[in-house]
Formats: sequence, C-alpha cells, structure tokens
Amino acid sequence: MSDLTYKIIVGLEIHVQLNTRTKMFCGCALSFGEEANSRVCPVCLGLPGALPVMNEQAVENAILAAMALNCEIASFTKWDRKGYYYPDLPKNYQISQYDLPLGGPGYIEIPLDGGKTKRVRIRRAHLEEDAGKNLHTSGYHSQVDLNRAGTPLLEIVTEPDLNSPEQVRALAVELQRIVRYLGVSEADMQKGHMRFEPNVNLVIERGGQQFKTPIAEVKNLNSFRALERSVAYEARRQLDDFLETGRTMQMGNKSTRGWDDVNEVTVLQREKEEAHDYRYFPDPDLVPVTPSEPWLAKIRSRLCELPVQREVRYVQEYGLSAYDAGVLTADRSTADFFEEAVKLGASAKRVCNLLTQLGLKLAKDRNSDLAGLGLDPAGVADLAKMIEAGTISASAGNTILTAMVETGKKPDALAEELNLIQKSDVGELERILDQVLAENEASVTEITTGGKKAQKARGYLMGQVMQKTKGQANPKIVADLLSKKLGS
Amino acid sequence: MEQRIDAEQVRKVAKLARLALTEAEIEEFTGQLGAILGYVEKMNELDTTGVEPLAHCLPISNVLRADEVRPSLGTDMTLSNAPDSDGPFFKVPKILDEGAA
Amino acid sequence: MALHELTALELRDRIAAGTLSSVEATRAVLDRIERLDPTVGAYLAVFADRALESAQAVDRRIAAGEKVGPLAGVPLAVKDVLCTSFGATTCGSKILENFHAPYDATVIRRLQAADAVIVGKTNMDEFAMGSSTENSGYRKTANPWDTSRVPGGSSGGSAAAVAARLCQAALGSDTGGSIRQPASFCGVVGLKPTYGRVSRYGLVAYGSSLDQVGPITQSVADAALLLQVIAGHDPCDSTSVSEELAPVEDYLTRLNEPLERLRIGVASDFNAGADPAVREAIDRAVEGYRQAGAQIVELAMPHLDYAIAAYYVIATAEASSNLARYDGVHYGYRTKDPSDYIEVYSKSREEAFGKEVKRRIMLGTYALSSGYYDAYYLKALKVRNLIRGDFVRAFERCDCMMMPVAPTTAFAFGEKADDPLKMYLSDIYTIAVNLAGIPGISVPCGFDEAGMPIGLQVIGPAFSEARLLRIARMHEARTDWHTKRPALAG
Ligand SMILES: [Mg+2]
Ligand SMILES: [Zn+2]
Repeated sequence: MSDLTYKIIVGLEIHVQLNTRTKMFCGCALSFGEEANSRVCPVCLGLPGALPVMNEQAVENAILAAMALNCEIASFTKWDRKGYYYPDLPKNYQISQYDLPLGGPGYIEIPLDGGKTKRVRIRRAHLEEDAGKNLHTSGYHSQVDLNRAGTPLLEIVTEPDLNSPEQVRALAVELQRIVRYLGVSEADMQKGHMRFEPNVNLVIERGGQQFKTPIAEVKNLNSFRALERSVAYEARRQLDDFLETGRTMQMGNKSTRGWDDVNEVTVLQREKEEAHDYRYFPDPDLVPVTPSEPWLAKIRSRLCELPVQREVRYVQEYGLSAYDAGVLTADRSTADFFEEAVKLGASAKRVCNLLTQLGLKLAKDRNSDLAGLGLDPAGVADLAKMIEAGTISASAGNTILTAMVETGKKPDALAEELNLIQKSDVGELERILDQVLAENEASVTEITTGGKKAQKARGYLMGQVMQKTKGQANPKIVADLLSKKLGS
Repeated sequence: MEQRIDAEQVRKVAKLARLALTEAEIEEFTGQLGAILGYVEKMNELDTTGVEPLAHCLPISNVLRADEVRPSLGTDMTLSNAPDSDGPFFKVPKILDEGAA
Repeated sequence: MALHELTALELRDRIAAGTLSSVEATRAVLDRIERLDPTVGAYLAVFADRALESAQAVDRRIAAGEKVGPLAGVPLAVKDVLCTSFGATTCGSKILENFHAPYDATVIRRLQAADAVIVGKTNMDEFAMGSSTENSGYRKTANPWDTSRVPGGSSGGSAAAVAARLCQAALGSDTGGSIRQPASFCGVVGLKPTYGRVSRYGLVAYGSSLDQVGPITQSVADAALLLQVIAGHDPCDSTSVSEELAPVEDYLTRLNEPLERLRIGVASDFNAGADPAVREAIDRAVEGYRQAGAQIVELAMPHLDYAIAAYYVIATAEASSNLARYDGVHYGYRTKDPSDYIEVYSKSREEAFGKEVKRRIMLGTYALSSGYYDAYYLKALKVRNLIRGDFVRAFERCDCMMMPVAPTTAFAFGEKADDPLKMYLSDIYTIAVNLAGIPGISVPCGFDEAGMPIGLQVIGPAFSEARLLRIARMHEARTDWHTKRPALAG
C-alpha cells in the first residue's frame, strides 16, 4: 500500500445568471424575491401560442463573458430545445444550445499560491434559460414558482484540469471576479447567481498500475466553502471506497451526489446515471445568431484587463506585495479607483496604503465602495502626494482621509484646518534643533560618545523638537539635521 | 416487411413522451408506427451526402429584443388556469427526484 | 341580393357606405348559424352578444363619421387554434377544454384593429392534426355540399362555415395543407401565405417551422383583403419577417389586372396520381390560362415524392416538443387523483389527448430519440432542402406552379379514419409547399360527378402573394365556379 499515490481530477459545470433587466426570451423583469408567480407572462409560462424573442443584452453579456474566457466566438450559433419533464419547466423543454454553442474552446487563468497562475481549459460556454423553482414544504405536495423561469444563464463547462480543492475554489473565486469585473453578473453565490457542479474522480497509481475511480457529480453547493469542502470530501471518500472495494470507472457509472452542508458530506442521489434522452433539436421558434464583426467589436470594447492580469501587473509594475495586489483587484471599482489615482501622479505604494489600510475598511463599515464614500481618485492622489512630499505625516494622512469621508472637503483644506501640516522649513527646524541641543547637553554627549544609550538619546532629542513644534516637524528633516550635526 | 418497431420500443417512447398508453394502444401503435416508419424510410432512396439540413426556410438571423421590462401577468392571472394551486403557487403531488439542469 | 350572397368586400363597402348596418349583417350571420350549424357543426363557440356589441360600436362610429378599419363591421370566424382573451381556446382538444388564454393572438388583434366582428371560433382537428376534422375532441363538422362527407381539415370548421355562409370569411391555419385542402373540399378560396408573412404569436403551435395563418374566403378579393389585414412584421414572433426584407404589398389594388406573359409550371408526372375528375379539372383550368396567353412550362420535381415522408417526421418531431407543455401542471386538464407527480403528466395526457395526437407525439418522440435522430429527423431536414431546391429551380423557369390541392374530392366520414398512413398520403399535393415555406392558394375549379368541389392550387415563390392573388383572380374572372353555393347554404 505504501506505494499508492493519487491525483484528484475535477471538471466544473457552472451556471452564471446574467444580470439583465428582463428574462432571456420575454419582457418579464428578473425576480428578486417578489411574490411567487408574479413575474410571469404567456412566454415564460409556456402558454399555447406564446413565442420567445431573444434579449439582446443577454446575448451580449454572454459573448462578453465568453471573450473574457478566451473562448472562440461562434460565427453561427443557434438555439436548441432540450426536452425533459419537470414541474418547474413550463414548456417541458429548456431553450438551450447543444451542438453549436456561442463560445467554443477557451481558458481561464487562475491564481495559485506564490504569485503563479494555472491555465484551466474551458470546453464551451453557452446561453440558456433557467427553470423555475420547486418548493417542497408540505409532506404531500410540492409548490411551483415560475418567477425564475426564463432567467438568462451562461453555462460554462471546463475540462477536467483542476487537481485540488484549493484550485477548484480559486477558479470559482476568479470566475466570480471576472464576471463582476465585466458587469455581466452579480455572481452572488448565496442568491444562486453562480452554481457550481464539480465532476470529481481520482487517478490512482499503485504497484505500477493506474486506476480511475468512478466520477461523482456534486450538486447543491451554495458557497465557495461548500464547493471546496465537497471536493476534498469526495477525494477522501473515493479513495476509501477504492481501498475498500477496488471499484473503478466503467462505462457510464457516473453518480450524482448532493452536498449536505450541515454534516459536510456528500450523499448519493442517483447511482447509475439513467441515460437521459433529451431529444435535442433546433428550436423552430428562434432564428440563428450570426454575430457580425462590428457587433463583436462593440462587445469587445467592453472587455477590460482581467483581475488576474491586473494583480500580476501591480506586483511587477508598482512593486506592491501580492497580498496588497489581491486586495486592490478584488473588485473592479477599487482597482479602477487605485489606478486612476496613480495615473494622476501619486505614489502607488502610498495610494495602496491609504486604500488598503483605511479606505476599504471605511467602505466596508458603511456597506459601500470607495466612490460611495464620496471619495474621488483625484482627492486621494493629492493626499498621497502630500504624504510623499512630507507635507503631512502618514498617520496624519489617515486622519485626513477619515475627515474627507466625513466632511467631503479637500485634503489640503483639511490639513490646514486640522493643523496637520508638517514644518519642513530646514532653517527654522535647524534653529529649533540648535536650541534643543543647547538645552540637553547630557543627551548630546551620550550620542557623540556612542554606545548603548546613543539611540535612546537620539529619540529623546527628536521628541523634544516635536514637542516644540507641536508635532508638526517633518521627522525626516529633523533626523537628517541631527545626523549632520552629531554624526550618525 | 421487417418489423421496424416492437412493443417494447413503443413502451419506451411512450414513457419518454409521458403517455400512459393502454395495452391496446401499445399494440395498435406498434403496428401503425411500424407502417408509417416503413413508408418514411422511402427517404433513404435519396442520396443526401453533402446536403445541408434545412431546419428553417427563412433567410433571417439575429432577431433581438431590447432589454426592456414589459408587464407580467401578475400572480392571479398566472394561476387563473391552474388545475390546482396553493396560495401564490402551482400545486403538484410531492416531487421526489431531481430534474435535469 | 341576400346578405349571405355578398362577399366580405361587398359587405364591407355597403357597411362603410351606410347602406347596411353591421348589426344587420351580424344578426343575419348569427341567425344562419342558429339555423344551419346544428347540421354543419362548424363552430365550437359563438359569441353572439359580444359580436353584436362590436357591430353596434362599428355602426355608431360610422354614423359619427369616424374613420373605421378595412374590415369594419364584417362578421368573421376564426379557427380555434388562435388564442383569444375572450371565450375558451381549445384547439379542438379536451386537454384545453377550460383554457382561457390571457392574451390575444397577433392576428386577432389585427382583425380587431381593422374593426372586424368576430362571431365565433371554428372546429378543427385536435391541435390541427388531421385532414378531415374528424379528430376534433368536440364535434363532427359536415361538408356543406354533402353532409355525409368530411369538410377536410384541419381547418374544416372555417372552410365549412364560409361554404355554408355562416360567416363572411374566416381564418385558418396551414401546416401541411390545412387551409388549402378544406377550402378545396368545400369549394371556397384558401390561402397559405409564405412562412414568416403572418405572425404566429398566439397561434397554438403544431409544427412551428411549417405553421402559418391564412384566410379562407368566398373570393380571391376577400383573401387579398384579409391577408392585407393580418400580414406584416410582429416583434413578438422572431420568425416573422421585417418590412425591409419583404414589405407587405397592396394586395387589392391591382388584383384585377391580368398578368401578361405568364409562365405556368406544371409537373404532369406528379399530378398523375390524382383522381381522373381532379386531373381533368386541373388540366381544364391550366388550359384556360393558356388560352388567355400564358405559357405552360413542363417541370420535373424529382423530390416531391418524398415530401410526405419528410413532413411526417419534421412536423411530428416539432409537435412532440410543442405539445409537451400540456401536462396538467400549469393549465389545462389534470387527471383525477394522480398517485404521484409523474402520473399528473402521463395520465392527464393519456386521458385528454385523442388518438391522432398521441400517434403523432409518439412518432415525433421516436424520430428525435437517441439512436434514431440521424436516420429520421436529420435525414428529413436534408430531404426538405432538396425539396426546396426543386422549387427554387422551378421558379427560375416559371412564375407559378399549378397542381391539384388533393388527389380526391371530399371523402365520406370514417373512410380513412382507421388507416392513418392512407390519410397522410392524401396530403401529397399540399405538404411540399409548407416544407419549402412558400405560398399556395386553392381556388374552386370544378366539381366531380358526385357534385363535390375541386380546387386548383397555385403556388408561387416566397413573398409573391400579390402576384399569386392576381393569378388566382385571373382564373376566377374567367370562370364561375366560385359563385356556386351548396344547396344547404341557400
Ligand atoms: Mg444547462
Ligand atoms: Zn415572461
């Protein structure tokens, strides 16, 4: 047994809800917890005679997301009906895309530890309509709410390129960041805007032989944590099962398992994947989509630098730590804010510190983003420049940033008002220093003789200068002067 | 004439189509569908190599709608034809299994 | 002249001129329905009060000198395949017995915007599946020329209503001949427009890539008048064509101008399958055109023989999916005491669908199911392309084609009911037109020895309705077949 090694193999099926105003094929507003069945019309209720018409915004959002995932964009894509009977599916077919998805093969770069990235291949990305919801509240009946029926979904299928629970989570987080960056989805997992279904199995090497465990598809994952844990659990379970039974993958013995969030285990739902016969065929109610070059160009213009690329660039170009780069690029508005300030000539490091140490905390406390605090990149850039120039201290910078949020005033005005401008007049500071030196001969001697007490004495003298200037002396200039007079 | 479809297949198709056919119907349909399929296979006389499937005769594509909200029916109207309902919901016997995705 | 002897156009002109009131005309129709429909069985629902109210409103507006629509005050019937916000919409099926659509089909809205008076909804084969109206879940409709015979189908109710003058004109729908064939069987005019010409929004789907709404009328002019009202782009139907691609023409204005140097295509081999009486009538009609100066072009249409095979795969495949929604969950019939939710589906559908509908659902489900898709469905789509190719090539050599509508005249009740394949084969002359998405019109061109009407089918290239109507009108102007009425209609 000691020679056993194994590798986790995971591919993901992902459904992302696109944030349009209306549903995929009708004018009903997308639902956010209204009364059940209040946002339903003849089309999404599947009434006789009703016909679907494509939502342009949904198509554009889907193409944009596919572009960001480096997918080939089909020059001809069409709609197909996927037939199955379920009470939350009013037509008993879902309008989806089968053999000609709008997005062909692509890839997503996911960040790994140590600033590295991994490329995970995307098999396809296609657009489809969501089903409604079945609720199982009472013992004998189920209830059906069709408010969600017809909501536009982007389905993304990855190749089985993920090899650890951490990588699976990293992909999920990265995808969330991307779709939020592009503004194509709110991507809130709790609200079901992003649904992940990992297909997990193991490749086991033992005694020079290779074994593959049966694939399990895991459903009902509503958080990143659940996603990561379910993959870890499945890997353990499948390894145990293999050791116990020696069961390996045969044709089609894929099972479906549900995640039990309370006990943190997966539970078998369907053993043998009953061969579904969806009877796909082209939907005769809809016409093909053949994106023209100008249309694609218009969509492409909404593309932006993706978060992972930005993150790497922040480390390389601005010398930020990987951690800071990650914080700044977590959402697009923060990263845009940061870059705007840097573009105005402020030091990247100073702006980063102002934002990561205080700005984002203030925003979080107020449940807002930076712009929502009334801050603008120009104001923060000015503030960073004042710190950089020594006009104010770094800690005064934080005081002023808080005041900017509270009062909406400009940083220079606040620095004056709050009396936080540092004295940087070398002549005046030298005069004050000379006076302090004259008043503290003992300390001067301790410094000039060197030894253990020199450092402490230096600090004491600095403190005296600060006291005489009411804390407004530029400490750097004072320290320089001190070194010049007494040696360092 | 060889048998194109047998009763077992007819049962399978009926299950796919959610039709609880009677035994008499299964027997009747087995014969009739077999005859119709036999006729339909006349198509095999034609060589369709290189012929594109024609799902639609229309020379149009990209029919899109602006993302603008239009009024929904509202809950009462939505449920007005429902055979059974429960408050604002459609009501069905307990669903025990999972649908597809 | 009695009111029922007037065409829709003539009636409209009198109402507009104030020499006749819409209430009078509507009442006359309602009286005739009361008197004759127990024999004919054309209607599933009659909206007497509502119709009279609409008629009164039109009369008031005309009296007040207001501008009214092109069908102002004319009593019309519509096939029950069209959704109406008034009355039930059953599609001839028990599964929709109590279904009240919360919206109007686009063509219904257009009729109303044209100030037409809708008197009722007509009988049909369940979900438009059939060629005799015998598959209705509700009642039998008789052919007004011989009540022991079928009116044709699936728009049998509309055709019988027009033939018996139980309305001035009607709308039907045509997926494989369902307007043209009953029009032919009942001795009236029936037009299936080009696919995409008329909105399908609110037309209960049978075969979505084939279905089209069209008029059934007493005259070609009436067909032009109705088409004018219902044609045009509809943003609610992705498959309705835009004004730029195919503008709606003025179908009435130049209707009476004969076409010069007309080239008529005939596929003699193909037509040979029709009964002698039918063939004779068609030949005579074509000869009439020749004498009027038309050139006759002999055509080979090698793939038309495969149209029925392709059609019964494509139409049933689409139908199996279109009819999946009738499941007893959200609307329509639900079985009593289902033991689980699966039974809500399988028993509701089993109990409420008729035989023919089940048969077609089974056929279509089979054709799409895994393992058979390529051999049946995909193959049929390729054959469909070959058939369209036949027409494309044909219309390079001629302006229209002429052929029978059906191989026989109206047959007796029950004659083909127990052999579905035999029934399907009778659609031989109409089906290819749907597969190719082109327009076709049926106009009366004679009678057989039993006195049953025969229709001439004129087929044109896509969006050639204006010319097609003029060609049909040429025939009508030279003959008097269209003026004949069944004895029953008086
Ligand atoms: Mg999907
Ligand atoms: Zn809707």
